[in-house]
Amino acid sequence: MAAPREDTLSALLPPPLPSDDTRWKIVNGTMRKNGFARHALIETLHTVQSSFGYLDDEAIRFVARSLRVPLSQAYGVVTFYHYFNLKPPGRHTLTICAGTACYIKGADKLIAAAEKHLGVKPGHTTPDGEVSLMVARCVGACSRAPVSLLDSAVQGEMTREQMMEQLERWAVE
Amino acid sequence: MTLEELEGIAASVRQENAKFDYEVNVCMDLACASQGADKLKEALEKAAALSEKTILIRRTGCMGPCSHGPLVRADARRDARAHSNSTLYGRTRADHAEAIVNSLGGAPVAELQCDLNEHFESQVRVVLENAGHIDPEKIDDYIARDGYKALLTVLLEMTPNGVVHRITESGLRGRGGGGYPTGLKWGTVAKAAGDVKYVVCNGDEGDPGAFMDRSVMEGDPHRVIEGMAIAAYAVGASKGYIYVRAEYPVAVARLTTAIREARRRGLLGVAIANTHFNFDVEIRLGAGAFVCGEETALLASIEGKRGTPRTRPPYPAANGLWGKPTLINNVETFANIAPIVRNGGRWFHDMGSERSKGTKVFALTGKIANTGLVEVPMGIKLREIIEKIGGGVPQGHTFKAVQTGGPSGGCIPAEMLDVGVSYDALLKMGSIMGSGGMIVMDDTSCMVNVARFFVEFCMTESCGKCIPCRAGTAQMYTLLTRIATGAGTMEDLDLLEDLCSTVKEASLCGLGQTAPNPVLSTLKYFRNEYIEHIVHKRCPAGVCDLEVAAEVVA
Repeated sequence: MAAPREDTLSALLPPPLPSDDTRWKIVNGTMRKNGFARHALIETLHTVQSSFGYLDDEAIRFVARSLRVPLSQAYGVVTFYHYFNLKPPGRHTLTICAGTACYIKGADKLIAAAEKHLGVKPGHTTPDGEVSLMVARCVGACSRAPVSLLDSAVQGEMTREQMMEQLERWAVE
Repeated sequence: MTLEELEGIAASVRQENAKFDYEVNVCMDLACASQGADKLKEALEKAAALSEKTILIRRTGCMGPCSHGPLVRADARRDARAHSNSTLYGRTRADHAEAIVNSLGGAPVAELQCDLNEHFESQVRVVLENAGHIDPEKIDDYIARDGYKALLTVLLEMTPNGVVHRITESGLRGRGGGGYPTGLKWGTVAKAAGDVKYVVCNGDEGDPGAFMDRSVMEGDPHRVIEGMAIAAYAVGASKGYIYVRAEYPVAVARLTTAIREARRRGLLGVAIANTHFNFDVEIRLGAGAFVCGEETALLASIEGKRGTPRTRPPYPAANGLWGKPTLINNVETFANIAPIVRNGGRWFHDMGSERSKGTKVFALTGKIANTGLVEVPMGIKLREIIEKIGGGVPQGHTFKAVQTGGPSGGCIPAEMLDVGVSYDALLKMGSIMGSGGMIVMDDTSCMVNVARFFVEFCMTESCGKCIPCRAGTAQMYTLLTRIATGAGTMEDLDLLEDLCSTVKEASLCGLGQTAPNPVLSTLKYFRNEYIEHIVHKRCPAGVCDLEVAAEVVA
């Protein structure tokens, strides 16, 4: 029997870390903890996003190969779930909750005002990379609707004025 | 861990707490935390350290009436000389800390006192019995309030069959919305052949406007774990998964701590209570897909795949996670288990209405005075929840509708408010119980706009696997947009109704099957609003922008 070719062998081994960025070690750690099992795909993608802020091609390829998941399947999973970002987030993120309670209390007006002020649609980042505008499905703080997240801090009963003030503050920072 | 050891822990916690004359509990649930509850707690701790009184300051989960937050409850020991045993303060800030600490043992701080007797009077707390009383990160706090007693009793004194029997006897039905009898489901999984079985907790609370499960997972995480462990014993599983939304980072952190503490106490792991029972739990994160609340989609997601549902049968009870028999219940369902085991099936069965037993937690939000979490016996009238517990619609507006069941539910009008809350009654009214969101709308909400909002939600959340849901919701959205912008015709209404019934009948999973509910219920109860938009190009609530269309008519 012919010896397996070199590239077949290397395909069986976990790929090397994409760079010496220590964050890849964290990503690898999640996969190791799960025994490099295929079902750890979503868990691992979560780790990538929390470490790097988003998922780029390099990361998806690395994770797919490490877990021996077809790249098409990994890409399918990444694009299926809204939580995963394929683009780097801005320096700050304004997330406006558009759950039912927030909507009833005027979240749509907040979104329109933020869109106008920042000049970008929800899901996008200003061209200078400063602020990402996001819309959330529901963050579960419905009793203090309308709710927004300023980076990760939850702010209840958000008014248009408070939101504008915050955007101004980020702009001069 | 034996029952004696458990009682020993409980006794020592109680003894430790008895050293304090007063307890000050600070609600640090999301709503209160967003209003500065953490600074308030720090200030209280500082003030308590300077005071001569011995005061225990405790962080707790959601106390309920969030609109009055940040909430603080000051309790005095029975033997301490105090005017009242328990005082609830609302809208407290860090600079109130000193006044609150000074008032202990004397007259309460009048200007901060919340008079919410009406709000609490008709509530019955089973699931939320510990909310506001324990520190969610301390397992011993939970044990001191009879925590894990049910689990050890079950392991040492009951057969798996006996547990299933007790749950069946209680009449508990699934709290995720479907209302399937829990005992029956447990029995099916218990009887399923196979030596590997799984227990899965559905914490993918995707319904916008619902946060009961978040509050339970954050405020009393051990209750969920204990419920799962009892279920695992009953059905013969040794591994459990809690599937939580990634949008709930605090819930994930609290559950992680709780699992670690439970392992440390020997309440999870191998040979629990020196029996042959092994059980451990892992957390799996959702990633922002509403459809993953559907059980087969949820299982696909745990397996690391796209969360698309599949046809049932086979049900997960026979063919679930990795093809093994799997029991899936909602967070609130598991939270009901320990009290049922402790107090007996009959006790639970005696609460509620004829076919819906026990209590239900609702997240009361929208245009209502007291927003927050409430727990009421099944069968209570909607009017009582909204007017008495919720304090009615504020600021001179009038009640228009209450929306239950999230995007799968419907809008219930004022004339139906005297109906008692139960799975069957809500279904009859064209809505569903759902997981328990209750959003109150007043005369400033347009029902066409609300229907369009929900259809847009279902359209974007449709996983795309089956055509009726993928294409049907998109067409429903187009029709509703036409009506909302004044371009609709009366024929569009017929078409919309026709389309609704197709989507309802032909969709693969619950998402599509229930997506038409908000449209159908508003068409049923608020048809005149649709007609106003179509014929008179007018939005009665003044929400929709019909100016252009109105000019054409004029």
